[in-house]
Amino acid sequence: MFLGSMFRNTEAFAIYVKRVIDEAILIGIDSVFIVSIVSTFIGAVTCVQTAYNLVSPLIPTYTISLIVRDMTILELAPTITCVVLSGKVGSSIAGGLGTMRITEQIDALEVMGINSASYLVLPKIIAALLVFPMLVVLSGFLSIYGGYLAGTLTGVITPQEYIYGIRSDFIPFNVPFALIKSVVFAFLIASISAFEGYYTEGGALEVGQSSTKAVTKSCISVLLADYLLAQLLLGS
Amino acid sequence: MIEIKDIQKSFNGKEVLSGISGTFKDSDSSLIIGGSGTGKSVLLKCIVGLVQPDSGSVFYDGRDFTNGTEEVRTEIRREMGVLFQGSALFDSMTVEQNVMFPLNMLTKMPHAEKKERINFCLQRVGLENVNKRMPSEISGGMKKRVGIARAIVLNPRYLFCDEPNSGLDPVTSIKIDELIQEITDEFKMTTIVVTHDMNSVLTIGEYIMFLYKGKKLWEGDNKTVTSSSVKELNDFVFANKLLRDMQGK
Repeated sequence: MFLGSMFRNTEAFAIYVKRVIDEAILIGIDSVFIVSIVSTFIGAVTCVQTAYNLVSPLIPTYTISLIVRDMTILELAPTITCVVLSGKVGSSIAGGLGTMRITEQIDALEVMGINSASYLVLPKIIAALLVFPMLVVLSGFLSIYGGYLAGTLTGVITPQEYIYGIRSDFIPFNVPFALIKSVVFAFLIASISAFEGYYTEGGALEVGQSSTKAVTKSCISVLLADYLLAQLLLGS
Repeated sequence: MIEIKDIQKSFNGKEVLSGISGTFKDSDSSLIIGGSGTGKSVLLKCIVGLVQPDSGSVFYDGRDFTNGTEEVRTEIRREMGVLFQGSALFDSMTVEQNVMFPLNMLTKMPHAEKKERINFCLQRVGLENVNKRMPSEISGGMKKRVGIARAIVLNPRYLFCDEPNSGLDPVTSIKIDELIQEITDEFKMTTIVVTHDMNSVLTIGEYIMFLYKGKKLWEGDNKTVTSSSVKELNDFVFANKLLRDMQGK
């Protein structure tokens, strides 16, 4: 019902374009730093820990980067990035809308005859759908590069072996799979957080509670969807 | 003219408004008064459509707002200006952007004309050189003025003010009351003010509706409000020591 209400009594298209750009900057550009840091370190840690576990001399060293690549594309880049974003973006959406609700800013929109759900929430969801895949792609690159830095600087793998590994046995479908996951996660995070924030009642305490609920529910739904998508698209 | 007919509203089984009816005339500053928790703000929210009453109707110049079609409701909403208790300015926008917001959303006015209109409205409410400031950088009284400027920017037929004096010092309160009265007269609007401030009651109450425990107990004007025989109204009006002393004399 909440999602349906966004498509009634909508505003001019140009208004949404501007709002989507504004939201994309808030959700996307402002998240680049945290996504970059998290992704680089996850790639680095994955490389070091994979090397630590590959003790058999029969397994070639380039397997390390092959594992880093597949783990990054299949799981770490889309899922970990989106879990991080559910904290950053989810709490920001829920907190922002919750504050607007308790300070009557949403009521102010409604009395002007503006569909507040459509004006405030729809651009956030569209912006998330556009920006999350970009952040996931960035995360994938940085994670693999983080693995490269950690592996070569500590000497567990040579640059040539690392490059050879990430080019070996590549399954192209893994990339669209990661992007599909990021789109689904974006929708879940943005819509759940917006719902929690939009229907906040009370005061500052309740805004905090809405943010917490938004993050918790978003994380759980991302992990659940992660399993379902893996089962659906990779299960056979 | 705004007519309300037999408005009833309950929350979780508790009746908040019970059969409220009344008529708010054109070009009048009408007040809805009463103590805290008597249902004043809920009644105002029913009138502006933020709360749907359980039964009863609100008519704007004969148009049924409560049970009308979405088109009628939207049309009426675009003829309203509302000043909220906390001003409800958009935090992320400057004063100028706040006042310009209804023009951007609801009109196709050229930018220069919009600028002219917002400057006129800001000057009309006594604000100058604050266009580029954020709401967090101005005082409570200035926020109320910006709220009024935003409410009148589309030249509405109906103006609603929810506790316009809350959180303001007595001098600023009186200025805000006078401003509301002047704007109502100047633009021939139908104005409804929800308040429990006696200064407002005595200054701008051309029609006063007194609510007590969700019921309308009295209606009249600021000339008769101090001479009523309704005990609950007298308890409310003469709660202030100064007014009690004046009554004694």
